Amino acid sequence: MLFRNSKRRVLVLAAGLAAAALVLAGCATGDASSDGSSTGNGSDGSGESEITEPVDLSWLVDNGEATVVMANALVDAFKEIEPNITITIETREGGAPGDNLVKTRLATGEMNDLLLYNTGSLFQAINPSETLVPITNESFAGAINESFEPTVTAGGDVFGVPIGTAMGGGILYNKKVYADLGLTVPVTWDEFMANNAAIKAAGIDPVIQTYGETWTSQLFVLGDYHNVEAAEPGFWERYTNNEAKYADTPAAARGFEYLQQLHELGYYNRDYTTATFNDGLVQLANGTGAHYPMLSFAIASVQELVPDAVNDIGFFAQPGPSADTNGLTVWTSAGLYISATSPNIDAAKKFLAFVATPEACDVQTAAIGATGPYFIVGCELPDDLVPVVTDMLPYFERAGGTTPALEFLSPIKGPALEQITVAVGTGQYTAAEGAQIYDEDVVKQAQQLGLPGW
Amino acid sequence: MWFLIPGAVIYLVLFIFPTIASLFFSLTRWTLFDAQFIGLDNYTQFFSERFLVQGLYNTVFYAFFTSGTKVVLGMLLALWLTGRVFGQGYLRAVIFFPVLVSTIGVGITFKVLMDPFDGLINGSLTVFGVEGPLWLADPDTALLSIALVDLWKGVGIATVIYIAGLSAIPQEYNEAATVDGASGFRRFKEITFPLLMPATSTVIILSLIGGLRSFDLIWAMTKGGPGFASDVMASMIFKQYQAGFYGLSTAGNVVLFVLVAVIIYPLSRYLNKKTVEL
Repeated sequence: MLFRNSKRRVLVLAAGLAAAALVLAGCATGDASSDGSSTGNGSDGSGESEITEPVDLSWLVDNGEATVVMANALVDAFKEIEPNITITIETREGGAPGDNLVKTRLATGEMNDLLLYNTGSLFQAINPSETLVPITNESFAGAINESFEPTVTAGGDVFGVPIGTAMGGGILYNKKVYADLGLTVPVTWDEFMANNAAIKAAGIDPVIQTYGETWTSQLFVLGDYHNVEAAEPGFWERYTNNEAKYADTPAAARGFEYLQQLHELGYYNRDYTTATFNDGLVQLANGTGAHYPMLSFAIASVQELVPDAVNDIGFFAQPGPSADTNGLTVWTSAGLYISATSPNIDAAKKFLAFVATPEACDVQTAAIGATGPYFIVGCELPDDLVPVVTDMLPYFERAGGTTPALEFLSPIKGPALEQITVAVGTGQYTAAEGAQIYDEDVVKQAQQLGLPGW
Repeated sequence: MWFLIPGAVIYLVLFIFPTIASLFFSLTRWTLFDAQFIGLDNYTQFFSERFLVQGLYNTVFYAFFTSGTKVVLGMLLALWLTGRVFGQGYLRAVIFFPVLVSTIGVGITFKVLMDPFDGLINGSLTVFGVEGPLWLADPDTALLSIALVDLWKGVGIATVIYIAGLSAIPQEYNEAATVDGASGFRRFKEITFPLLMPATSTVIILSLIGGLRSFDLIWAMTKGGPGFASDVMASMIFKQYQAGFYGLSTAGNVVLFVLVAVIIYPLSRYLNKKTVEL
């Protein structure tokens, strides 16, 4: 009897599991079909209507220290204007695992109401026309800076409002080291290498690399785009059309050569294979390393890690072959988007409208300081800027002083670049091999995006 | 036959259907939103990946290295722990304990311990005046370092299987051989080792399948790096998936499935035949 009984229980359990599996499958398809219709209806609603009932919104942001502080400040400020709308912040990992999470949530209809995500090529890869709510016709879209708009535009529609400031991709340097050794800011690569030699002779690591977090290894290649464009105008267009390659364009391959050259000279910090982003910033702040190729937003992390050193750190654009064309490669800020599957699109638009105001810029500045110019019309920078930002602003004020990074001009960015730059920086591959491998990596991305000519 | 239906439904919905679906999607360029049929292009792409050869070599090396060492070490430990040892129960528990710990936890812990500059392992070596290797940071030793951690974590299972196998060997054989004057080594070679064959084949099959599919420990420790130095099939496939190449990574999974089947099926038949012959 006992045996029969337990057998029956197992059967019931099994049947229950099967039913659960079917329900799960059913749910998934049900969601997918409702996505399409809600996109159509949702976009009719305007951001102007009053929100009288309490609404809860959820907002997915990356877990960078500065991002979280800034997001909380924006949410608190918004709560005072719209007391009926409560926004809960959810954090996600950065880098490739974070991209993956975002794509999966969007594809399965599980995305939070609001999403903070990259602009440019990563934005193109999330299929915005189907997954996000267009804001082209909203009144607040007029407050977005023209130079930002193309990076959040897909299929003729604008989808995102900028959060944060423009960033420069270049070299963070320790001003004390420069002062002690009597060095001047280099405008050509040769000058940069001469400085490095003097720094090495003084017993300081000339260049900090932090391959414990692989994304940090890409800067010499990505931050060189201003110089690539100066030597090969329109490279991004030929590259997107499969007509130009890194390996056979000497100006483009130079970024990989820099990595190889610095490795062969032993100019990196001793622990460069395992150090993390934070380790690198601390080394720079303490002056054990002199240069750290990085995005200027890193100064916000220095503020958290070594607050006293913020004024010791300066910034210059990655030097190229010629002083005449010296200029800065610029990253646009992140975008704030609304998920097409959000049930509260009107409330979400209220938040976007708030973010697109100079008041919201001031909230961000108060929370984490400004790390560059904002992309919202009418936003102003405070007077007490840190040196990294004041070093960067002159490039923006000079005609032809800045060029957007390649990933904001072309939808193609190969996903393996960070492994390739680590492999070149650790001497596993030569620069030529690295450029060649990257060209192969890019093919997959272009084909996945369905670009013509690939 | 009706009582088979629930099980069959689960098997169909959760195994057969996804398997067939993945075969289909491996022939498409798939964005999760829609799929475009592209024939065998994904397979062509996968086989022309520059790192495929190294990834394949790493996979096979990792699987055979961990499997082989688990057989040898597991057997030695089992022989030691079935003999008269002080604190036998405690030692058995200690050797089995790592099996119970989360793989990701082990990976992260050892990543910290193996840090070449301020990790505990190289720190201890420095005390003795030895300069430790770079472990995970050196492309030449990264995969081997992970394999050693895998061994530490997985040898407990092999040991337990061997202890069970040893206890199943009747004492009479050994006693009779002792009376006939056989040496300890002779008794091991002629009696213990052949009679342990079922245990050996279980250990080999389990650890080889585990090694070929190995992913979690490698991902927790190096993510396939530095560069591509410790990439195995599974980590290559995962990176393709993360990059959004869903069709391509599905094709990679089909290839991995075939690879595991091609290695394991004949091996398992051979080992079973050996076991039955005894």
